[in-house]
Amino acid sequence: MSDNILEIRDLTVGFRTEQGPVEILKGVSFDVKAGEIVSVVGESGSGKSMTSLAVMRLITDPNAMISGTIRYKGRNLPGLSAREMRKLRGRQIAMIFQDPMTALTPVHTIGWQIAEQMRVHLGLGAKVARKRSVELLGKMGIPDPERAYDRYPHHLSGGMRQRAMIAMAISCDPAILIADEPTTALDVTVQAQILDLLQDLRREYGSSIILITHDMGVVSTIADRVLVMYSGRIIEHGAKSDLLDKPQHPYTLGLMRSIPPMTGERPRRLPSIPGSPPLPGKRPEGCSFRPRCEFSFSKCSAVPPLYRCNEQFAACFLAEHGSHQWQRNLAEERTAK
Amino acid sequence: MLLAVLRRAFDMVFVMFGISVIAFLIFFATPGSDPSARIAGRNATPEMLAQVRIAFGFDRPLYVQYGRLMQRLFIAQDLTSFVNRGQKVVPAVLQATPVTLCLVFGAAVIWLTAGISLGIVATVFRGTIIDKSLMLLALAGVSMPVFWVGSVMNLITQSRFHDTWLFSWVPGLGYTSFFESPSLWFKTLVIPWFTLSVLFIGLYARVLRASLSESYQEDYVRTARAKGLSESRIMVRHALRTSLITLLSMFGLDFGALVGGGAILTEVVFNLPGIGRLTYQALQNLDLPFIMATVMYSTFFVVLANALVDVAYAWLDPRVCDAR
Repeated sequence: MSDNILEIRDLTVGFRTEQGPVEILKGVSFDVKAGEIVSVVGESGSGKSMTSLAVMRLITDPNAMISGTIRYKGRNLPGLSAREMRKLRGRQIAMIFQDPMTALTPVHTIGWQIAEQMRVHLGLGAKVARKRSVELLGKMGIPDPERAYDRYPHHLSGGMRQRAMIAMAISCDPAILIADEPTTALDVTVQAQILDLLQDLRREYGSSIILITHDMGVVSTIADRVLVMYSGRIIEHGAKSDLLDKPQHPYTLGLMRSIPPMTGERPRRLPSIPGSPPLPGKRPEGCSFRPRCEFSFSKCSAVPPLYRCNEQFAACFLAEHGSHQWQRNLAEERTAK
Repeated sequence: MLLAVLRRAFDMVFVMFGISVIAFLIFFATPGSDPSARIAGRNATPEMLAQVRIAFGFDRPLYVQYGRLMQRLFIAQDLTSFVNRGQKVVPAVLQATPVTLCLVFGAAVIWLTAGISLGIVATVFRGTIIDKSLMLLALAGVSMPVFWVGSVMNLITQSRFHDTWLFSWVPGLGYTSFFESPSLWFKTLVIPWFTLSVLFIGLYARVLRASLSESYQEDYVRTARAKGLSESRIMVRHALRTSLITLLSMFGLDFGALVGGGAILTEVVFNLPGIGRLTYQALQNLDLPFIMATVMYSTFFVVLANALVDVAYAWLDPRVCDAR
């Protein structure tokens, strides 16, 4: 357990609303090991981003109610003072956001914004900070970094901006990098470049990466471990290869099926999961995936615990006695191809 | 750069020409607005009227009258008042300008300082009772007419409480030049400054509060937080810096309008011989040369302020700079 750099236990986030409290996250628990890329997948509204914001303590809504423990190197983040938390943010745990178009302050040059972070955390002088920012920009694959330093965010393309964001995030060599849908707003070719960049970072700096995405393609490219979230819960997690080959939860299966096949005949229509995820205030009793699940049965009216199947965990009664038949069928189907 | 300046200058001349024509037509060509009748007085005989008409050139075609007026105003600069014969217009305007500038400049310092501070404090404490009471106070400031505030100020400082220790230092109404006596200059202006700034403090505080809370919803403020910056740094370097763009454009227009005679009510209430009061007197007597001169003067400052705002805009907001 000691190699866990981040341990999240029973993280619950709710908001007080006019209709009473609404829980967005319910008892989320997971670990991140040093140097590992953990991918959090799920549809929009499943609580992926909320989890990352909770870790960074960036939920500023006064109506938010947050409970649970988030241990970073043994320190419980919710218990830290605002000052201590500030020292951690950007220094130990850094974050990249989805939309690089709006995530940078429009009135400052990107170089200034990168240097600002290093000056605040590392106490660097203006000249040193500038030099290191230019180096970082170069490492991120930005052409002519010396000139790029003095460019404003609106001068750069989305991909370049995201590179600048990443340069800023890793400028203080953080132990954990949280990337909240870092490629969603970008072109596909640029996406691949950014993913490569993230992998290089892990190799070079050894930082752990929590990658939040709804793109199974991204997951299969770079993740070591995958967490699948649905309706504010982690419903399945395990090593990438296990989870992608033998999904235990019908929801994961549904996600897998909706990826276009790389080989063979192209299906006329990709299978999709019927319906849409329930709104946070209107989640059904028991398993919240039940209304959309083709396998639902009587037991599903209770909330399923996380069952263990080998190294995988799934919150589904089908997984109670190990892998279920349909998973084997799917495996056979794959080998037949 | 030079081209932009030239274009601005051309725009300015064009706008001033347009406004001068409109003002001229309003006072000289509207039916029933016979200037010679006003100059000749109430019981003028037809002979006198005709004499005045010829003496002042009102019998000439309109475009000649307009051309002569503009020539005397801008080139010869010997245009004289219709009412106080012999009083030259241009020196009177030039004499009134520093008074207005002093008044508006001092007020601007006060209203920017107070407005920005109040806006920041309200944003920092947003949602709390401090925020709400500050915004209510600001609304009260916006709602109070400046002539009323000025009269009440005068009532308090000149009359009711003048004999107490609190306001015994307040000199009588009027203006003293800075070069004559700096301390007296300050004392005569300090109350008009505050009076004039009350409205703008309220306005700027409310606008800044709205703009700042909008900024705080933006992604880049979240990024700034995620970077581990302190709240004060986020406020000053990221949120306020972006909101200043809004505030600046407001400031430029307000300042231009006030220097151009918009402080008329304050100047009249406090008996400050500035452009506003000059306009006021000219309008009371329908003294056309003076009206023309003050209108031109005020147009000049409004257009100038607009141009300066645009320049400052490009400096504050790099996105504007490239759009040109």
